[in-house]
Amino acid sequence: MSIEVRIPTILRTYTGGEKAVTGEGATLAALIDDLEGNHPGLKERLLQDGELRRFVNVYINDEDVRFLGALEAPLKDGDNVVVLPAVAGGAR
Amino acid sequence: MLTIDQATYDRIVAHAKRDHPDEACGMVAGPEGLDRPTRVVEMVNAAGSPTFYEYDSTELLELYKEMWDNDEEPVIIYHSHTATEAYPSVTDINLASEPGAHYVLVSTREHGNNEGAVEFRSYRIVDGQVTEEEVALVASLGD
Repeated sequence: MSIEVRIPTILRTYTGGEKAVTGEGATLAALIDDLEGNHPGLKERLLQDGELRRFVNVYINDEDVRFLGALEAPLKDGDNVVVLPAVAGGAR
Repeated sequence: MLTIDQATYDRIVAHAKRDHPDEACGMVAGPEGLDRPTRVVEMVNAAGSPTFYEYDSTELLELYKEMWDNDEEPVIIYHSHTATEAYPSVTDINLASEPGAHYVLVSTREHGNNEGAVEFRSYRIVDGQVTEEEVALVASLGD
């Protein structure tokens, strides 16, 4: 089982500069745990209090995981995962 | 220093004025590694707010996929402040996630939707550190 995960610029310090890494897991949560084994520190940047961080977007096959069950979103071999930080801010 | 051509500058300012009093947001992409802002992409502010902006998550992915396909990168990430100065807020700093980009802020507080000058300022935001930079406005970027 192999799932490609696209890593944004800001998180490539955890992947030795790699733009994409591979991992495995039957759910997004399992995939993130698997990635953490090879890229320590990544999980902390994706999760807070056991949930996906509000300003981190994760997509499975181009669909925002918030519409797929978030951390429980199912994964299968060959799926494509993209991580993108939200582009957000404002005067508030 | 940010070097930007007049037409791109004008589009960002026009977008900010049009969306006032809500915050306008967008990006100017350019070829990877050249620091040339060439392609303006106006984004919908999914927050639709006078004090907050956020790209719609689906549009965000579409934009990044386009840039990957075109070997582009975000050269400018812009948004407006509509009642305060054109300086990054704590929120802006905490959420800044493109250390290679120029963060442009436009303030429409003085003239709103109307004609008139705006504040147009550019910053680097890296690891929570804000550094203002000069904006060089040129007729065209040349070759």
